[in-house]
Amino acid sequence: MDRIYSHPQSLRDVPTHYCPGCGHGLAHRLIAEAVDELGLREQVIAVAPVGCAVIAYDYWDFDCSEAAHGRALAVATGIKRVRPQNIVFTYQGDGDLAAIGTNETIHAANRGENLTVFFINNAVYGMTGGQMAPTTLLNQKTSTTPEGRNAQFQGYPLKISEMLALLPGVKYIERVSLGSAQDITKTKKAIKKAFMNQIEGIGFSLVEMLSPCPTYWGLSPCESLDWIKNIMAKEFPLGVIK
Amino acid sequence: MPKILMSGNDAIAEGALRAGCSFYAGYPITPQNELTAYMANNMQKRGGVFIQAEAEVAAINMVFGASAAGARSMTSSSSPGISLKQEGISYIAGAELPAVIVNIMRGGPGLGNIAPSQSDYFQATRSGGHGDYHCIVLAPASVQESYDLTYLAFNLADKYRAPAIILGDGMLGQMMEPLELKNQSPCLAGRQAKPKTKPWALTGCAGRKANVVKSFYLKEGDLEKLNLKLQKKYQEITAKEQRWEELFLDDARVVLVAYGSMARIARAAVKTLRGKGRRVGLVRPVSLWPFPKKAFARPKNKYLVVEMSYGQMLEDVQLALCGEAKIEFLGRSGGGVPSEEEIILKINKIYNG
Amino acid sequence: MPRIIINKDKCKGCLLCVSACPQGLIMIEGGFNLRGVKPVKFKPGGKCSGCALCALMCPDCCIEVYK
Repeated sequence: MDRIYSHPQSLRDVPTHYCPGCGHGLAHRLIAEAVDELGLREQVIAVAPVGCAVIAYDYWDFDCSEAAHGRALAVATGIKRVRPQNIVFTYQGDGDLAAIGTNETIHAANRGENLTVFFINNAVYGMTGGQMAPTTLLNQKTSTTPEGRNAQFQGYPLKISEMLALLPGVKYIERVSLGSAQDITKTKKAIKKAFMNQIEGIGFSLVEMLSPCPTYWGLSPCESLDWIKNIMAKEFPLGVIK
Repeated sequence: MPKILMSGNDAIAEGALRAGCSFYAGYPITPQNELTAYMANNMQKRGGVFIQAEAEVAAINMVFGASAAGARSMTSSSSPGISLKQEGISYIAGAELPAVIVNIMRGGPGLGNIAPSQSDYFQATRSGGHGDYHCIVLAPASVQESYDLTYLAFNLADKYRAPAIILGDGMLGQMMEPLELKNQSPCLAGRQAKPKTKPWALTGCAGRKANVVKSFYLKEGDLEKLNLKLQKKYQEITAKEQRWEELFLDDARVVLVAYGSMARIARAAVKTLRGKGRRVGLVRPVSLWPFPKKAFARPKNKYLVVEMSYGQMLEDVQLALCGEAKIEFLGRSGGGVPSEEEIILKINKIYNG
Repeated sequence: MPRIIINKDKCKGCLLCVSACPQGLIMIEGGFNLRGVKPVKFKPGGKCSGCALCALMCPDCCIEVYK
């Protein structure tokens, strides 16, 4: 009997600190699977964010760097420029990539850095206790928008992927979801494509993953997947953006 | 060895390149722009990487990344820009990465002005960012020293896996002086880390366990362990790396203490006063952290600290002397520079007092 | 016959695998695991097709599939 599904070599066999049903575990695994399948484990250098995934380096079994909050793409730029033969990726949440780190994100993209970016969009700040994210939906309740996000005071959900797609330095952007088995399969393909683009020197590639945060959405893990499908994906449509 | 004419800013850049610096990221700010331009002109030609970053914050974090990947890396700026870099410097210290940060100080606080100043002494020597850390701080007082100390800064940063700061000022950065390029190779030492010399660097985990560069220690006790390790390192640096220059200390009744550009004026005052028979000496700290306490081990009667600030290094002199001598202070800031005449006037006032 | 092995002490009880199994062959176990949650288990006597959807959906890599 063959083992047809097990945890990838690039993912350590340790329990994660993530909440039940959290999308980070899925995203970590899919990236690790892609790294293994592309034979990149000894070549890859990851940059972990500040946010729930801050200790991603405890879970991945390859070289990793931390970065100050929002600075993952600056750190990754430094790494990739001095070691172009390595495959460098950042893993960033919505706060890291689209709030405190917007400057680094836009300029790394605009320079066309040959980097791979995994952007976990769960429309909320998990690590600090469920505050509004730049991607929080209108009317979505968070601990800092107790009445729901109101465009008049808090602006609109930030569509950073669409913004980045305008830049000539950006070569590939796809928005995927971790909301169903079918979507997860698509996500893995997008991850691999984003890595392949770097391997082939094509340039800046970003995969935005709509990811469940059952804890701060106040939903069960299963309801969270439905919420992605029925509500979040309406605001953040899936598909290849560029 | 033939000498060439160079500005302090250019000399720092050339010193860095000859020390094998292969990554520079910076953001323009006066009065250090020549340094950035020098790197733009020369870094790529010599096989390194130059990036004009989108901001000071990005620049220091690019340096973090390049250093984590094993390259000798540097950024430069001036006071307000250095304030922006403080978070990054704290991370570099916490992750025990080597890096060189150049601060060509200007007037503050706030946007201040672009006149020379020494009012970032506290920020440089007291750990300007959060946490219990120190940067090695070297203060050149000539174009030659700008070159030499930058070279040294890279070696010390690598040796101790700690950030090192070159603390100059607008006067020194802009000043042209003859410079001897010593015997150091004009070629880069090599863009990439040799795994043997930097086994901790992120190079891909082929043939070894995965490396992690981080400053985050959540488990109880772990961060204290890191801090104890850092403190031990700082003790070693304090014991081994104090540097200073002294002049006419043997018979000095009054000892001037000044660093950087200010020390040049202080030295001129000392020479003038000696010419008039005044027994005046000079201590010029070259390393500001560690502060050269050893230069004060046998206290003289009186000290006069002169700074382009309202008394920052003064505190270190007070700590070094521990009440065993009388300490006077002369300082101006915000573009004011204590003149030779002002120093002489002050010395004359306290000489017989 | 295909089968799955569930690492019950890693299981956080999110139940995503329960809804993923097209045949409804994964259920909540009675007791608690080391994490203090009720983990899932394979329904006794169930006939697994080895589709691996449960493993695909598991955020915590708790499920191995054999075929």
